[in-house]
Amino acid sequence: MGTVLVVAEAQPRHAGNMPALAPISYELLGAARRLGGDDVVAVLSGTEVRPLAGELAAHGAAQVYVADDPALADYVAETYLPVVEQAICHAQPSLVLLGQTANGRELAARLAFRLGCGLVTDCTRLAVNAGTLVMTKPVHGGSAIAEYVAEAPAALQMATLRPRAFEPAGRVGAKPAAIVGLEVPAAVVAQAAERTRVIETVRQVSSGPRLKDARIVVAGGRGVGSAADWHLVAELAAALGGAVGATRAVTDAGWAPPSLQVGLTGATVTPDLYVAVGISGAVQHIAGCAGARTIVAINRDPNANIFKHARFGVVADYRQVLPALARRIAELRGD
Amino acid sequence: MNVVVCIKQVPDPEIPPAQFKVDEVARAVVPPPSVAPVMNGYDAHALEAALRLKERHGGTVTALSLGPPSAREVLKRALAMGADRACHVDDPVLYDADSWLAAAALARAIYRIGGESGRSGQNGQYGYDLILCGRQASDTDAGQVGLGIAAFLSLPALSPVQQVEVIENGRLRVERLTEEGYQVIDVRLPALLAVSSEIGEPRYPPLRGIMAASRAQIPMWTAADLPPLGRKDDGDWPPLARKLRLQRLYQERREAACEHVQGESPADAGRALADRLRQVGVI
Repeated sequence: MGTVLVVAEAQPRHAGNMPALAPISYELLGAARRLGGDDVVAVLSGTEVRPLAGELAAHGAAQVYVADDPALADYVAETYLPVVEQAICHAQPSLVLLGQTANGRELAARLAFRLGCGLVTDCTRLAVNAGTLVMTKPVHGGSAIAEYVAEAPAALQMATLRPRAFEPAGRVGAKPAAIVGLEVPAAVVAQAAERTRVIETVRQVSSGPRLKDARIVVAGGRGVGSAADWHLVAELAAALGGAVGATRAVTDAGWAPPSLQVGLTGATVTPDLYVAVGISGAVQHIAGCAGARTIVAINRDPNANIFKHARFGVVADYRQVLPALARRIAELRGD
Repeated sequence: MNVVVCIKQVPDPEIPPAQFKVDEVARAVVPPPSVAPVMNGYDAHALEAALRLKERHGGTVTALSLGPPSAREVLKRALAMGADRACHVDDPVLYDADSWLAAAALARAIYRIGGESGRSGQNGQYGYDLILCGRQASDTDAGQVGLGIAAFLSLPALSPVQQVEVIENGRLRVERLTEEGYQVIDVRLPALLAVSSEIGEPRYPPLRGIMAASRAQIPMWTAADLPPLGRKDDGDWPPLARKLRLQRLYQERREAACEHVQGESPADAGRALADRLRQVGVI
């Protein structure tokens, strides 16, 4: 494996928050170092992101390309693409890694088709087998696993990595960062604005940890029964310090907002613990939560499909299980 | 507004888990005999978006599908839902295409569709104004083909899209989903948008539409019928080639069976569950 280039992401900026790398950036570096050893470089675009170059270096990037420009405040592929292309041109990597995030997946596909290289999206495993990079990802909504290799030996390969599927990189100590500044030519900015111009950015954030980043998710399904009982799901999530999720049936019924939907047409989550309450376990829902390390199912129906995916299960009425479970968790955590 | 919608036929994602089988030698899903393949869910949302634009602003909707003879079924459904015409690209050399090959074939087909419309429409030199597709297909979950088509045709592209409105001739107001909400983006036409389910539920085809669609003539093009885009000096662009090879397709073996936590009452089971989760270090 030659040089691995990581396309890092910064956290979106809002009033008051400090510049920080998005969690996926550490996971990309972790995966890159396991494949590329010391031959790992990173590129970062945005505004006020230059201070983060040192953080990328401290986590294993031997060289960091930074494009820090007010014109890059809003992500659009048209302006971010030329930056990554410059970094690729300079670093000559054999593998480029991006996050399977809203922006990463769009940027990756645009880049791959521009550069004429193969791309596997949403990888959960990367391995080198007899000199060949094998990229593994779930397909058919997680019902099957596919392993892809390049059709022919190629100078460049690309992959996007599923968030929380790879161990984040640890600190490697205070390595002096080789920082290369990249410019976005004014002509590129002007042309981008003519093709796609961001008018407004709207945040829709629920309280508590964000669903996609949460280490613990408590999700409810049709079996919760009514909007009036939904608070039991939310209370268990609060007791665990986790995020609330829902099946499509629940969001369609309006018991929870669509942004909380987990599954094929909603979010894919990979928490350490996923508590499924009154969820039957339809394939479309499992697609969104199969990556959880531990699934716990609480359902009255002992034949519910969810128990096939769960490590722990309780067959009972959740209305009586949840309050007792939440209280006991509070006791245990109070120890 | 002339819209081309790319539609893929996929195995029904509602196949019961017990019936979902993979042939590891053929590296393919074994279609259960009782469950017919369907129109990819997100592509149905893209078609719905196209039909709504046509209802509000006029123009035509052309449905395009790449796939084996059975793919004509999803094109008939598209016609029944309200598409004006359909084109089917079918050639064994294109079967089991990776994202690059599928995008290359579809880009060439769209170029041909534009040519056959006499390069008409608001964007004369193209012959189409907008290309819509689903954000990803439910079989490969790759999400690349639409963005690839845009790259080959040098169009602006956005994915995933939850809302499309015409603001003036030649420009759209598009809402693109982000990790934290959405961006409102002003997009120049022609453009490609990869549509997500937030756009709204696809309509059911009316009976009259189904009857008419069953009699519709759908042209079938082979790879030889797909012209290169004729813009690049290197002639045969984009090449009808693959970049990736599916080396292995398999089903993961389920881990040990579920451990049922019990108690004298449901509340008791709840407390026991908390203790057990603590014991194994999950909480």
